[in-house]
Amino acid sequence: MTDKTMTPDDVAARLRSGMTLGIGGWGSRRKPMALVRALLRSGVTDLTVISYGGPDVGLLAAAGRIRKLVAPFATLDSIPLEPHFRAARQRAAFELTEVDEAMFMWGLRAAAHRLPFLPVRAGIGSDVMRVNPGLRTVTSPYEDEETLVAMPALRMDAALVHVNRADRQGNGRYLGPDPYFDDLFCEAADTAYVSCEKLVDGFPATALQTLLVKRHTVTGVVETPYGAHFTSCVPDHGRDEAFQKLYATTPWPEFAERFLSGPDEKSYLSAVHAWREEQR
Amino acid sequence: MTETLPATRAEYCVIACADAWRGNGEVLASPMGAIPSLGARLARRTFSPDLLLTDGEAVLVGPDGQTEGWLPYRQHLALVTGGKRHVMMGASQLDRFGNQNISCIGDWRRPDRQLLGVRGAPVNSVNHPVSYWVPRHSPRVFVAKVDMICGVGYDSAAAAGPSATRYHRIPRVVTDLAVLDFETPDRAMRLASVHPGVTVGQVRDATGFPLVLPDEVPHTREPTAVELRLIREVIDPEGRRDREVPAA
Repeated sequence: MTDKTMTPDDVAARLRSGMTLGIGGWGSRRKPMALVRALLRSGVTDLTVISYGGPDVGLLAAAGRIRKLVAPFATLDSIPLEPHFRAARQRAAFELTEVDEAMFMWGLRAAAHRLPFLPVRAGIGSDVMRVNPGLRTVTSPYEDEETLVAMPALRMDAALVHVNRADRQGNGRYLGPDPYFDDLFCEAADTAYVSCEKLVDGFPATALQTLLVKRHTVTGVVETPYGAHFTSCVPDHGRDEAFQKLYATTPWPEFAERFLSGPDEKSYLSAVHAWREEQR
Repeated sequence: MTETLPATRAEYCVIACADAWRGNGEVLASPMGAIPSLGARLARRTFSPDLLLTDGEAVLVGPDGQTEGWLPYRQHLALVTGGKRHVMMGASQLDRFGNQNISCIGDWRRPDRQLLGVRGAPVNSVNHPVSYWVPRHSPRVFVAKVDMICGVGYDSAAAAGPSATRYHRIPRVVTDLAVLDFETPDRAMRLASVHPGVTVGQVRDATGFPLVLPDEVPHTREPTAVELRLIREVIDPEGRRDREVPAA
């Protein structure tokens, strides 16, 4: 069977400026941060990013890589407001398609099912309709004749997700409490890249309900221990709250120079390690 | 004997939040903020024993934190649309008909202050009861017109038609000063009760639009001795409530 293993930079090399990119996880939880960092090292820009936003959005926004963002929020969870997302929005640095959390999920589902849209009872009555003048409604063809929002499919060129375990063919397993929407991201994308804390040769028979990502939806597999850092990837590691605080309070050029200017993911982890030593 | 100490402002707020879930039956109580969380747990332990609670992540928990179910985000969103939920959300802005904003302040295209984003407010507000919690009642929050409608108010739901009004309900708004509701003919916000120690004038001055005022405004009810003991000794011995609403 096909061995799909690659490095974070191999993944970035397959992405192109102008692409529509979905990023899995939720807020500051199980984000494919090593792949985002590889993206930052590359020249890829002008992206349409689709995300339940966390520091993935903050980093890409701060680096000026986003042309358009599709999101219901951006947050660091323990720090409610994502500072780089805020700053970028306040200088109108990118176009925003602001949709509700459920609308977003229906957009992923529509894309995964190859449907142009799915009807949803959300958005109607709110300013989501005002700020997205392209959103349409649909009238039920049945007796109720209800008017609902027709949430368009969030189809993407590529999806990036991070899981706890994966095999070389692209089957992925999550070990935390929540799958988030990572399988849907992979199904909604033409190509999908899965990073994992640890590559494994197979899964125990008891793992069935945690086998989230299926290989037929996956293009590449990347082993990146701490690949979700500084977001949470329980039970392998929790959120690095001290580092997240540093990220949120350090001026962007300074943070980028110290942690993101190295040649690869290993240099990022070394920089984090050196910072941690300083804190002792 | 802690029971002999009179209730604090924060404790009246906990009681007023808890009462939002009274009679709700077997639905998920989703509180945002410290005091609504304490209120939901108090309701669960006393007059609304069938409520479902979460640990804030993907786990449904009993009163002592024991696991009783699984509710990851995608199931949570399904539960929302199924209607078996009553959330108490925060509000950066709230207007006379209950339109709520947590997205941004100023012009949406280039906001003065970007906040959280709409999050789940649009889906919540047209699918199940949505109450609000405002820890600092002020004209900055209670505005004539919100900058971005996230949670749908009564006038906006009516304008959007039957699919928006069908399951739309805003039972109450609890603040550090008062309880407000929409029990008026045109669904304009009404002052339902003031917490002991607060005057009607204080609430009026802290509200950026005219409130409907009944002839007599009652006080928010007193906690029972059992409720006070539960709040102080079982649910919040660390005093999280006082950090959210300091003593008046």
